[in-house]
Amino acid sequence: MALKYVLEKEATPAAQKALSVAEITRNIRFLLEKGFTNVWVEGEISNFKSHSSGHMYFSLKDDQAQLGCVMFQRDNHSLSFEPVDGTQVVCFGRISVYSQRGQYQLYVERMEPKGLGALQLKFKKLQQKLREEGLFDEARKRPIPYLARRIAIVTSQDGAALQDILNVLDRRFSSANILICPVPVQGAQAAPDIAAMIDQLNAESLADVMILARGGGSLEDLWAFNEESVARAIFNSQMPIISAVGHETDFTIADFVADLRAPTPSAAAELVLPRREDLLARIAELKGRAAQAFLADIPNRFQRLDEIRRSLAVLLRNQVQSKKQAAARLVGKLDVLGPLATLKRGFSVTLKLPGEGIVLSAHSAKTGDEIKTKLHDGWLKSRITEVNP
Amino acid sequence: MSEVKKEIEFETALKKLEIIVDNLEGGDLTLEAALKQYEEGVRLADICSKRLSEAEKKVEVLMKTSGGKTKKK
Repeated sequence: MALKYVLEKEATPAAQKALSVAEITRNIRFLLEKGFTNVWVEGEISNFKSHSSGHMYFSLKDDQAQLGCVMFQRDNHSLSFEPVDGTQVVCFGRISVYSQRGQYQLYVERMEPKGLGALQLKFKKLQQKLREEGLFDEARKRPIPYLARRIAIVTSQDGAALQDILNVLDRRFSSANILICPVPVQGAQAAPDIAAMIDQLNAESLADVMILARGGGSLEDLWAFNEESVARAIFNSQMPIISAVGHETDFTIADFVADLRAPTPSAAAELVLPRREDLLARIAELKGRAAQAFLADIPNRFQRLDEIRRSLAVLLRNQVQSKKQAAARLVGKLDVLGPLATLKRGFSVTLKLPGEGIVLSAHSAKTGDEIKTKLHDGWLKSRITEVNP
Repeated sequence: MSEVKKEIEFETALKKLEIIVDNLEGGDLTLEAALKQYEEGVRLADICSKRLSEAEKKVEVLMKTSGGKTKKK
């Protein structure tokens, strides 16, 4: 059976072209590089050598296997510890092949002592998982109320964080009630207690906004804020949550899920309540604007009034003028049609005295009567000497 | 929080004041209305300032009891 297999394989030598060592090595390298781009490997350092070039060469081993490693100078210059044989570490990097020796090895980009590295690994994994689930989405973040009336502070009752927050709040305006919600902020009980506290505050609707705080510490100290249970409690909270964990440079999972991340506990207090002076300034500004708007409008109103008064006067004058003209026209007409004009043209009116009745006919007067003749500019008195009807 | 406040709250007063300033700056009011709004605005601003100076924080600590939760000053 075995013999037959060998014979069959050897019977077709032309079908399979022999590869050069370089070629097969390149193929292997290609396969390895494709399959192991970003890997975390933990193990114990052995055969550690630091070359004069600055590169580090060592092996990672456990009780069953070992793996050659190289960490180049550009990656190892920022190492936070001194690697020595026997140290348990976690390395991050890629697998590739060192062709000259036909060895595959880990090209280490990052290396941490094991305790810390393991936590960071856990952190990265959870961070990625929750990000993919949408727990960090900006769109779902709740707005922080402008003037919260009830502020819950979830933190250790003995911690500096609480004092920092209270000190800041004290200098700021609020008629708000502050509810201190003591929880352990490190140790095994911290994460479940914090999550339970967040749930309870929501269930009983005890505040309008919550500050989740802890002072600075090592990654291990802050670990409760990287636990999934806390992340989910924050995510499920109806109440907006401001996270303020550690120092400005510390980022925890809680910070990513929270509605607002404050760099420090003091900053959280500053974010949740405006300063008294700022509010006073705002009020003064509004008051000033009201006065400005109202008082500035008064001269406008006067001006409008003046304009109306002026146009009224003009209107009145025009009216009087046009009435005068109309009257003059009428008087002119009267002149034309009236008796005075006729008299001016040389006609006269004769009145019989003493009654001054108008003499319309020659028959109505006789010789010896006294008459009055009206001319346009006066009258004449005369006695009739002859009547000739 | 259960106490009933007869007087206007700071937040409400501030919001009203902002609306009044908007109205006044809009400039479409009659003189009487503008005067009324202005007077009301000044009154609200004074209330706000007064509230700011009287505001006192009430700090409580949430206590866990066996049955449920109580608040303690």
